[in-house]
Amino acid sequence: MGRRLRRKEDRRLLTGAGTYVADLRLPGLLHAAVVRSEVAHGLVTHLDVAAARQADGVVAVLTAADLEGRVGRFPEGARTEISPALVEKVPLEVPSCPMPVLATDRVHWVGQPLAVVVAADRYLAEDALELVEVDYEPLSAVRDPETALDPATPVLHPELGDNLAARFAFSTGDVDAALAAAPFRLRQRFAMGRQAANAMETRGVVASWDPGREELTVWGTNARPHLLRAYLAAMLALPAERVRFIAPDMGGSFGTGVYSEDVLVPFLALHLRRPVRWLEDRRENLTATRHARDQVHDLEAGYDAEGRILALRDRFVVDSGAYNPYAITVSYNAAAHLRGQYRIDAYAFEGRNVLTNKAPVAPVRGAGRPEAVFAMDGMLDLIAAERGLDPVEVRRRNLIPPEAMPYPMGMPYRDGVEIVYDQADFPDQLASALELFGYAEQRARQAAWRAEGRRMGIGVSSYVEGSGYGPHEGAIVRVDQTGHVLVVTGAKSHGQGLETTLAQVCADQLGVHPDRVTVRAGDTALIAYGIGTFASRSAVTAGTAVGLAAQAVRAKVLEVAAGLLEADPADLELADGKVFAQGAPGTGVTLAEVAAACAPGPRSRLPEGAEPGLEAQRYFVPPTVTFASGTHVVAVEVDEDTGFVRLLRYVTVDDCGQMLNPTVVEGQVHGGVAHGIGNGLLEEVVYDGDGQLLTGSYMDYLVPTTAEVPPIQVGHQTFLSDRNPFGIKGVGEGGAVSPPAAIAGAVADALRPLQVDLSELPLHPERLFRRIQEAKARQRGST
Amino acid sequence: MKPPPFEYVAPASLEEAVAALAEHGDEAKALAGGQSLVPLLAFRLAAPSVLVDLNGVAGLDHLSEEGDRLVIGALARQRAVERLPGLGRRCPMLAEAVAQVGHVAIRNRGTVGGSLAHADPAAEWPALALALDGECQVVGSRGTRLMPVEDLLVSYFTTTLEPDELITELHLTLPDGRVGSTFVELARRHGDFAIVGVGALLGLASDGSVARSRLALIGVGERAVRARRAEALLEGEQPGDELLDEAAAAVDDAISPTSDLHGSATYRRQVARVLTRRALATARARAEGKEDGPDGQA
Amino acid sequence: MVRREIELRVNGRSLRGSTEPRTTLADFLRDELGLTGTHLGCEHGVCGACTILLDGRSVRSCLLFAVQAQGSELRTVEGLADPDGPLHPIQEAFSEHHGLQCGFCTPGFLMSVCELLADDPDPDEQEIRAYLSGNLCRCTGYQNIVAAVQAAAGKLRETGAGPGG
Repeated sequence: MGRRLRRKEDRRLLTGAGTYVADLRLPGLLHAAVVRSEVAHGLVTHLDVAAARQADGVVAVLTAADLEGRVGRFPEGARTEISPALVEKVPLEVPSCPMPVLATDRVHWVGQPLAVVVAADRYLAEDALELVEVDYEPLSAVRDPETALDPATPVLHPELGDNLAARFAFSTGDVDAALAAAPFRLRQRFAMGRQAANAMETRGVVASWDPGREELTVWGTNARPHLLRAYLAAMLALPAERVRFIAPDMGGSFGTGVYSEDVLVPFLALHLRRPVRWLEDRRENLTATRHARDQVHDLEAGYDAEGRILALRDRFVVDSGAYNPYAITVSYNAAAHLRGQYRIDAYAFEGRNVLTNKAPVAPVRGAGRPEAVFAMDGMLDLIAAERGLDPVEVRRRNLIPPEAMPYPMGMPYRDGVEIVYDQADFPDQLASALELFGYAEQRARQAAWRAEGRRMGIGVSSYVEGSGYGPHEGAIVRVDQTGHVLVVTGAKSHGQGLETTLAQVCADQLGVHPDRVTVRAGDTALIAYGIGTFASRSAVTAGTAVGLAAQAVRAKVLEVAAGLLEADPADLELADGKVFAQGAPGTGVTLAEVAAACAPGPRSRLPEGAEPGLEAQRYFVPPTVTFASGTHVVAVEVDEDTGFVRLLRYVTVDDCGQMLNPTVVEGQVHGGVAHGIGNGLLEEVVYDGDGQLLTGSYMDYLVPTTAEVPPIQVGHQTFLSDRNPFGIKGVGEGGAVSPPAAIAGAVADALRPLQVDLSELPLHPERLFRRIQEAKARQRGST
Repeated sequence: MKPPPFEYVAPASLEEAVAALAEHGDEAKALAGGQSLVPLLAFRLAAPSVLVDLNGVAGLDHLSEEGDRLVIGALARQRAVERLPGLGRRCPMLAEAVAQVGHVAIRNRGTVGGSLAHADPAAEWPALALALDGECQVVGSRGTRLMPVEDLLVSYFTTTLEPDELITELHLTLPDGRVGSTFVELARRHGDFAIVGVGALLGLASDGSVARSRLALIGVGERAVRARRAEALLEGEQPGDELLDEAAAAVDDAISPTSDLHGSATYRRQVARVLTRRALATARARAEGKEDGPDGQA
Repeated sequence: MVRREIELRVNGRSLRGSTEPRTTLADFLRDELGLTGTHLGCEHGVCGACTILLDGRSVRSCLLFAVQAQGSELRTVEGLADPDGPLHPIQEAFSEHHGLQCGFCTPGFLMSVCELLADDPDPDEQEIRAYLSGNLCRCTGYQNIVAAVQAAAGKLRETGAGPGG
């Protein structure tokens, strides 16, 4: 643990020998294509698939009618699993609104699945799609989350009565009194536009039904294999043990979800008794998969003359799209992370998820934190401007000091456990980040550029991230008779190198080189329970589970070896795959010999009462999340005449506790920052007035390239977590949390003394240009 | 996103190609580089019954300089033009523009003729052709004609080419003497389609006044345009800062931008003025020998 | 639809296959020839995941039809190293510098880098970023990819070997 090892998965990925879901070959494979709604809101008055059924190469076309009684609606896992402890403390409303697999008489978003065509290949399937006749009676599309709850706004799901998908409210400290008593008050609306997760691999599902064994095997791009398996078992009325879900190599994820195709394709395999594959194309991906962000915060702060915030009230709304499968996951996250590193004891929030005629939203890298941090840091910048103070100094004044740690935040986390920040030193983190950034030199550079008429700015943003969310994660560690170690886990890598990092954890305990440890992840047949990889949780939960299981195996190794060597286990060492008396590495037994001794049978050398095998299974149940944190500093140059923003330099300092592999950690931060840069400047999912998607291709949905991401320097601060035995904190999302806020702050700084309204993201050039013009007009008007 | 079915024809000669297009008329599309056409097929925004692949037609990809003329075969790959030795010195505007056409892999296949015939209002080649007095040779079943590119371009993705006609060559005039030029674009990301792009060329007389000026813009309406009034303002005058300001402002007359996802009409007008001003400054500096071209040579 | 026979060379071997005209070269490589290392990320020529070398030049295999590759010399990621042999210096550098995470965009990057280093054996950071701006990555933030390319360039210059891709 903690070493910069090269990754074990690299060779196969570099040589094109990885197996992604699109690479799987099954004999007799059929190919599906999905008929999708072309209107955002409407009644389906006519759906005729007869012509499509007759088309060349088509084997079947199914509609909702064909699923009736055979495929259930989606279970609302995120809703039913809301922690009872949270429910006790925070008034919550989360009405039930299960998604159908295929739309029936009504469609609610452009891209919603209506029917599915199965053919000999994808080309023919798409030809047949064009023959499906659909007529709609369009209904007025709900577009604006801020008016979604107005009485005059059409209601998407009449059974709900309105467009409210979730609501919660909470306060800590006497916020009304504190606001009233505060010498100064500011209120501002902050909005972050809709984004797409956009993994480079689009989604895919392959399913095969063995009618003899009555076993369903499904492969898919899903980082929650056991959840998928549970959903399939429930929705297809199959015993869980007859359903196997395997996630092969995955090309990114950045957010999880269970989608119609995840259930449809297995059902097709069952129904047709042929293996079936569906591969999403990029247009479908940008239309229907993992939209995110899309929040509006109405934030009000009361503060003193030094810029210290005395009270904070946040009323916010999340545009969840046409359904809300993730209940309060993202919205509550936003509320829980809003204050971040800042000491604000009087805090009230009210969050609402509302329904609109857009694609449903899922948690995507950051999952509510970027939106909240943008609002919080934006407010601090406004306070600094109003008070005539340095924005960095204002942040410093508001940071929770190290001597106050561990710091209770006065509210529960989403798991219902009171948020108490671990050990941390936020001021030191800020100082480190500024030093790494070369703050003084960069300020000097800014002054020099200003003299030349160039607008350079520096922005700072910080965050706290609850990581390692439960409820659990498991691992099996097994030593085989060649001395090779197998690690199985319910976590699933999609780029974060778990095959290497978990091997490192295991290798430490068993005294072997990580090359002798194989990690198998993402297969429900290999381990009974699993949660999956998302929410920056796997290093913490799977890492700990692997560590605990490996520790247990280690103990057994020593016990058995002690028997073989007639020694005391306390006198033995484990290193290089061997067990030997301390100081005598030449003697002893190999791990292989110990494993052989543990085999069952008459020649077993197991201690009395011990189970056969050299294996242990452990599930780690974290007490609650552990808080990672980071500070980002960015320098930008703004072209006032066009609104273009160019990033010059980016620095982060992160505390992610015990790192499993610093190179992997830094890679996660780099990727997160690039994602955040996209969120801040380039990426936006745009719908027109009729709910038609305008950003359905890479021409229009813009992710950053090598040219838009500056060099990123990553520094580390280490406070070991006290919430798991290894001190690990998560880091997968942190990089993506602060960039939008930091960039907005830097732009504001670049344009000073002009006070530009930067409360809406992304800051694409035209938007910034207009805000600059408006600010200049205000300036002229006031002189 | 799989293309719809089509009949595939791969002529070996220009005559065969023209005959195939004549036979199928509007039902056929010519395939050159494919970098614009194939995505349209993938999105099923186009569904020609016949695809006539020009890549096998010999003799269409030549590149030659004849005095001050650059002759570019229609099937010449954009990357081949980009890599012409000394292009950056010979004509910075051309070098800079081509380098901004998408990315290398796009330029490896994309052709000059294809770009002209496709007539995307945000594409660089139509503007380059306008700025460099471009003429194209067009071959159809009724014979060959030579046409100024000004007469080729009509509107969005629309040219005066008949269904059976192919561009076979583009002739550009690369001016000599005290000339400076540049091509600047504003694009959301490196390699993206220009929101607005400006090609500016200034040729100076011995007394430093403007003997020749060209301003061609893209992303400013239904087709690439020359800003003739702005050019006229410059010609014969000393290119001082105020005059350049005036010319940049005058570009507004020549353009009719519309609004889309990447820029409103108002914004495009603003950017057109700003980029023109910057382009003129660079063109002037290069003409005066005060600034290097893209190859690092003045 | 009428299938056509095509003959081409892929990674140094002569191959023959049959294809419909509208089958993209990417799909042909993956489905007909079983070379699944070339990935489809967008199918409209923007992401670069499908990049291969055709007659020595990088191309988007999703924007070519298989029939167009008749008689051509193709190089895909599978051709950079023997299955049991050492990694190509570019691949080695990517691993050493953690220039890949999920690996999906990686084959496209590798083939683009082959061409980059053939055209320019000593590119600076800006040149690398400009050249590779046509390959999208969502995982790495590009930082380590740039470092890998610089390292690979150094290695290739040192050994005098070309990228050979």
